[in-house]
Amino acid sequence: MMTHGYWRRALPVYLMILPGLLYFIVFKYIPMFGVSIAFMDYSPFKGIGGSEWIGWDQFRRLFSEGDFWLLLRNTLVLNLLDALIFFPAPILVALLLNEARVKWFKGAVQTILYAPNFISWVVIVGITLQLFATGSGAINNLLESWGYDRIELMTDPHYFRWVWLLQNIWQGSGWGAIIFLAALSAVDPALYEAAEMDGASRLRQLRHITLPALSGAIVILFILRMGHIMDLGFEHIFLLQNPMNQNVSEVFETFIYKIGLNQGDYSYSTAVGLFKSVIGLVMVLTVNKLAKRLGQEGVF
Amino acid sequence: MKRATGTDRAFGLAVVVLLILAAIAALLPLFYVLSISFSTEKEYLTRGFYLIPKKFTLDGYLYLMAHPGFRSAFRNAVVISVVGTVINMAFTTLMAYGLSKPWLKGRGTINFLVVFTMLFSGGMIPTYLVVNALGLIDTFWSLWLSSAITAFNLVVMRGFFRTIPIELEESARMDGSGEWRLLTTIILPLSLPAVATFTLFYLVYNWNTYFSAILYLNDNRLMPLQVFLRQMLIEDDPSISNASSVEYHYTPAAKMAAIIITAMPLLIVYPFLQKHFNKGVLLGSVKG
Repeated sequence: MMTHGYWRRALPVYLMILPGLLYFIVFKYIPMFGVSIAFMDYSPFKGIGGSEWIGWDQFRRLFSEGDFWLLLRNTLVLNLLDALIFFPAPILVALLLNEARVKWFKGAVQTILYAPNFISWVVIVGITLQLFATGSGAINNLLESWGYDRIELMTDPHYFRWVWLLQNIWQGSGWGAIIFLAALSAVDPALYEAAEMDGASRLRQLRHITLPALSGAIVILFILRMGHIMDLGFEHIFLLQNPMNQNVSEVFETFIYKIGLNQGDYSYSTAVGLFKSVIGLVMVLTVNKLAKRLGQEGVF
Repeated sequence: MKRATGTDRAFGLAVVVLLILAAIAALLPLFYVLSISFSTEKEYLTRGFYLIPKKFTLDGYLYLMAHPGFRSAFRNAVVISVVGTVINMAFTTLMAYGLSKPWLKGRGTINFLVVFTMLFSGGMIPTYLVVNALGLIDTFWSLWLSSAITAFNLVVMRGFFRTIPIELEESARMDGSGEWRLLTTIILPLSLPAVATFTLFYLVYNWNTYFSAILYLNDNRLMPLQVFLRQMLIEDDPSISNASSVEYHYTPAAKMAAIIITAMPLLIVYPFLQKHFNKGVLLGSVKG
């Protein structure tokens, strides 16, 4: 029963929610219906109402033009490299920080290791260019002074994935450790005291107390990571791209941008985006179900 | 206390050494950039790799401070970040607070609408078309409004508000204060760690964003710092651009000084807020 009293109490609260709700409707939900242009031959002059419906043609084009397999391969390879090599890095950092006994030292190292998280990709890629550039980069200067050949770290496609991975590790290992440190802060200190009484070495305590305490968090975060196997984030890859490495660096996000904004092919770009979003949604829901089955709470 | 055994001592030492190495790896690139930013071009070109310049110069910084393009980009970045963060915090706080009321009807539906945007999005072009249709292209409003709320931040903040005892609300109602007063005089002061953390997160997002700027801003006069820096670093890099003999527009010191100026504001601010996100707020996000 909607009483007068309820509305008196609730009206100001609804007013507080309103600006945010409008934001979600205008900038999130209207674009969701805007994906209908993926099924059109959309022309900005004719508008959504005037453009012609063409069904699944844009999707057929995606699968037949050959770009698709390149995009899929690059996306999966980068994500798998990231999941296998970057993913353990924050865990290692958390374990090390957890073992640091001197409080000020731990605090100082934490502050330093979190810092790269606050640095933009433009800056990170810029620093990398300065360090890795073939002609004047610091690393190649060092190599040359030691009598080695210069290496085209930024332009040779062979190095692209490793440079990308290295940047991820540099930026994210410290910050990513926070969530594992939070999980470790829940461990009862009495466990360590008891282990110490029994004469267990610190290495054994790490193996039998700390690591088991982390295993739940590791499993759930890894599963959730798998849910994002189609996502790479636009900025980092786009900023690392150059004409020489496109064969390994072109992924869905950068392709969508180029097709849409540079070539003005709105319908095709939206179709590629929709394909990626749908696969992403299915992946996230699947892994979330998997996480729940493993006895975790899941995220939704 | 038991006395430490030999292996334990070795273990402790290994931990300290590895952490120091990690800290050096995190700092070294920044330190290198800092030292080049104070170097003369001659020293940069003649010495291979070094961390302490023999001759200090402020030329790079002085050059930037006199550069109209850089000054304008810096100013734009400040305006975008400050106004943007105020909008982010106002929208997020109000909505999160409203949605934290367990008695509010329609709360579940709105929560679902919010969470669903984390799972599925219309994508780049449909969003661009909305921003365009609203006439926001080439205004800062395109950046401010199109990313007014980050759904994740909203969800975590709502969780934080929920931990505040409902008795506070009841007693405030007895006193006759309305929701606005309750929020501003009681809830927000109690939520300072969350407010500080999300202010920082939004500030970082607004200051660092590059993608929305190249998407929505074409007018060079509106160019923010990240976009300007990108052009500065890429335009005259011979290994990236195809031209065979590119004329250097900027000295290495000027380029590195621009990197330092771009990265520094956040690096200075964040240690002051670190204690809040170390525990507390983000822990709430783990629990959901």
